[in-house]
Amino acid sequence: MNVEFFVISLLNGVSYGLLLFMLSSGLTLIFSMMGVLNFAHASFYMLGAYIAYTLSGIVGFWPALFIAPLLVGLLGAAFERYSLRRVHKFGHVPELLVTFGLSYLILELVQLAWGRSTVPYGLPPQLQGPLFSLYGTQFPKSRSFIMLVAVLMLISVWLLLTRTRIGLVIQAALKHPDMVEALGHNVPRVFMLVFGGGAALAGLAGVVGGNTYVTEPAMAASVGSIIFVVVVVGGMGSLAGAFLASLLIGIIQTFAVAMDQSFAGGLQLLGFTVTDQTFGYELLKLTISQVAPILPYLFLVLILIFRPKGLLGTRED
Amino acid sequence: MTSTTTTTTAATTQYYRFKPWNIGRFLIWSLFAIVLIVSPLLFKSSLALTMLSQMGYLIIICLSYNILLGQGGMLSFGHAVYVGLGSFLAIHVMNMGDKGGLQIPLVAIPLVGGLAGMFFAILLGFVTTKKSGTTFAMITLGIGELVASMALMFPSFFGGEGGITTNRVYGPSFFGFNFGPQIQVYYLIAAYCFVCTALMYAFTGTPLGRMLNAVRDNPERVEFIGYNTQRVRYFAFIIAGFFAGIGGGLASINFEIVNAADSLSAIRSGGYLLFTFLGGAVFFFGPIIGAVLLVFASILLSELSKAWQLYFGLVFVFMVMFAPGGIASLVMMNLRVAKFGKFNRFWLLYVALAVALVPVVVGAAALIEMIYHIQLNSALGPKLNYFGVAIDTSAAASWLGAAAILAVGLAALEVARRRFVRVWGQAQEEIEAEIKRREAA
Repeated sequence: MNVEFFVISLLNGVSYGLLLFMLSSGLTLIFSMMGVLNFAHASFYMLGAYIAYTLSGIVGFWPALFIAPLLVGLLGAAFERYSLRRVHKFGHVPELLVTFGLSYLILELVQLAWGRSTVPYGLPPQLQGPLFSLYGTQFPKSRSFIMLVAVLMLISVWLLLTRTRIGLVIQAALKHPDMVEALGHNVPRVFMLVFGGGAALAGLAGVVGGNTYVTEPAMAASVGSIIFVVVVVGGMGSLAGAFLASLLIGIIQTFAVAMDQSFAGGLQLLGFTVTDQTFGYELLKLTISQVAPILPYLFLVLILIFRPKGLLGTRED
Repeated sequence: MTSTTTTTTAATTQYYRFKPWNIGRFLIWSLFAIVLIVSPLLFKSSLALTMLSQMGYLIIICLSYNILLGQGGMLSFGHAVYVGLGSFLAIHVMNMGDKGGLQIPLVAIPLVGGLAGMFFAILLGFVTTKKSGTTFAMITLGIGELVASMALMFPSFFGGEGGITTNRVYGPSFFGFNFGPQIQVYYLIAAYCFVCTALMYAFTGTPLGRMLNAVRDNPERVEFIGYNTQRVRYFAFIIAGFFAGIGGGLASINFEIVNAADSLSAIRSGGYLLFTFLGGAVFFFGPIIGAVLLVFASILLSELSKAWQLYFGLVFVFMVMFAPGGIASLVMMNLRVAKFGKFNRFWLLYVALAVALVPVVVGAAALIEMIYHIQLNSALGPKLNYFGVAIDTSAAASWLGAAAILAVGLAALEVARRRFVRVWGQAQEEIEAEIKRREAA
């Protein structure tokens, strides 16, 4: 492990973690406010990428960066208004189910409209190429752009929530929705705004994530289960926890895929002889990069055993 | 007047229960057994037999899922894990018997699957059931992904992409059955289906089953009485895992192949959830309807249209929005209306709803099929065969026509729906009033 590998992997990990945070922050906000786990959140991410792909062919990438999240946000708000609100009276399980159904529908509709294979959603010329190179390894501009967008988004959401009137109403509605309603605020509309806003954030993540990574129908499912892990590991309803967990999981995964050490190799270094006759060789010969896809879930299980409320969570269940 | 009301009250509170035998229950279970025995004699084609066999074990799986969803209020997104691992263990034990190792008769193989499902439910359920509600759902999703991606890391056990095959005809025959022909496999599945359904129904009446309902409805109060809600959920989870494993074992006997990428996937878990819910999670028999629908959808509907998953997604979302109790609750609500003698006013409304639904379905399906045609079969030319009618996807007229049919249908449906909701609400109010009056009398 040399310095250049470490620094580049760290940067890649942080940019992936920040992308995860753009998704998990919306999910956490919606969850802590409405008690709804939005199963379709990653589907809004996918929609953002696909809409931006189509729009960037028409108006170019930079306008699409603003228009696509708005469209996704509108779709999210419409879903809240016409579907989720109707289901709200049946309780939490039907709410979760209706968002599950929506994720299913969005996946089918995306395949209907854009086909089942990867679409060529490329980077705009301004974001192609390396930003800088470190000891000969390059760090691409697109990943630093993700970091920039995520940090700007983080700051503006924080300012919106703490420095504006609507932010204060949202914060109040988080804790005491009945009281806020009694004071004359339209709480269902605030819910609609938050849901639409969360969907728009996911859409924004899709716009910048879709061309850095791949835009395909499986992108929602691959990132969807990871952001659920992030939200549980960080602590349900805790934004700071979601931030910490996003970075942790982003960094762990990025480092893991680049390492090809295995337990068998480690034991051999320590002087043991490991052959394919050794007990558990199947397990020992797996390299860390092979195990990388399951690391977030293992992390989830460990957190649940040793700290069930999550890293920074306050709720016990 | 008072005497008649008191007799009706007595009759309704007794639920037609005859002592010492509960004849109603006896009749229903006999009917279920007869249906299981007779249906392969009525539907003799091999397609029908394949479908009936799949229905048999899917009924077990969906009912086991409903122990979690309907009775425990636990929304699991990872039920395929226990079904799939049951399948894998069952198939390995069958292969062992085939190679001349440990001989376990084929009739006991589903139990092996069940024990495997139970073992993994004990192992994984300990973590999963630490939480309830929304968090539970997320953890099951995570654990489902964990197992699914781990399975691909151990190709020697899970067979990698190709899966593992077996041969169910091994060892001595069981009273003359060697389970080679599909019909014998069907009767094995049917026997397990009947016994497992009966056992799961019996479970709903045990103290644990009743506590599970209490944990679903009011966990805080259960804690105050002195029960550990986590332990109740854990035990229910183990039992659900056992029956899921039995279903998995039967599936591996039926197909003689299991594939990790398919049988452990989140898509499979989602399918169990979708159809259990569509069938109806609030009634015990709902998942049976769901399992039957699942087979019809995946075999017949997938032949009819490539977009069947989209249609099912739409049906599912509308079902959650308008009838969260599933098909079973629709049936039971209408039975209740009929029982109180108020069904007459609904005949016309149901006809109106059905008539309005026709253009909606025709229009929407035409649009979806046209888009699918452009997306997938554009090489075959712009003509699409839509139920015997040739539609030209390149002509604007066919798009406008389909949209117009859809719009007319939607308008008619909305009118009929509003009227239906009003009459339905009125009838329900009358029934509530009637029930209160009888209780007071």
